[in-house]
Amino acid sequence: MHELSIAQSILDIVHQSVPKEELQNVRTVRIKVGALSGVVADSLDFCFGAISSETPLSQARLSIEHVPFRVRCQTCEREFVNEIGYVVCPECGGVETTVLSGRELQVTEIELDDHQQGSS
Amino acid sequence: MSIITVERKVLEKNDEIALRNRQLFSSQRIFVINLVSSPGSGKTSILERTLEYFNHRVPVAVIEGDVQTDFDAQRIARYNTPVVQIVTNGGCHLEAKLVEDALKSLDLNGVRLLIIENVGNLVCPSNYDLGETLKVVVASTTEGDDKPLKYPPMFQRAAALVINKIDLLPYVNCKLEVLKSNSLKINPSLRIFETSCTTNSGIAAWCSWLEQNLLR
Repeated sequence: MHELSIAQSILDIVHQSVPKEELQNVRTVRIKVGALSGVVADSLDFCFGAISSETPLSQARLSIEHVPFRVRCQTCEREFVNEIGYVVCPECGGVETTVLSGRELQVTEIELDDHQQGSS
Repeated sequence: MSIITVERKVLEKNDEIALRNRQLFSSQRIFVINLVSSPGSGKTSILERTLEYFNHRVPVAVIEGDVQTDFDAQRIARYNTPVVQIVTNGGCHLEAKLVEDALKSLDLNGVRLLIIENVGNLVCPSNYDLGETLKVVVASTTEGDDKPLKYPPMFQRAAALVINKIDLLPYVNCKLEVLKSNSLKINPSLRIFETSCTTNSGIAAWCSWLEQNLLR
């Protein structure tokens, strides 16, 4: 259950990226989670909701983009995708492969509702 | 709606501290292993056999991570080895900050090899860089031969795999060749050792590899 500490790290990044008086206007926090990031998206979503409730960020929701595990074979140059983490080429059996994506765990964008700004 | 572009790694703070730890280790020429596995696979026993094998010929220090108790640190202290116990109090993994704090109470003077025994867990520790030189994953034969496919991030990030409890192979439902081929599908460059802490089989090969990796 390290999703709780990961949710806290996401909240810390939001606090560092958004001026304090605008925190309550945050509606969406967009993150990328790779298939091989070792993080369970549903669990992360639940933890984020739990620790942001009754704070200025109570209306903020996580928007999680799943990034597939994608590998390119250096021998036959084919690209393949799997959710298990195989890095051996299924076409030619090559073991010289490059991981292109699937290990991401990052905050990409924060969306704010500007209409709330004047009233706050 | 307005959008703030962030593009920041979620665990960047941990990674920053891990980098500090790594710089400290490399400045003092200390080779650091982050030893990970599921609970009960034999990490502490492998450590004990390793300390016996080196018998102070290679100066080793140990950081023990557990959810509760200092039982493991007590086991290591019997070998007259500098050891610090981190008790996470429920935390399922070690983080770089915990290691940084633990280093304050560990005398690293002259130490060539530091082994950090992580909390027994094949999921969470894979996300947290501690500043180690290499991750080593332990899988025991009693856990079956499908572990690498069930927990791929850990096997992918490890440089070496120690297959422990090989003396139990005749009694358990685990095929050594399947375990190895499953591991290599996830990580073809994985260095594999086969050990038994009961018979001491394979301990010399594992320790020789550690010794070859010591930083000059």
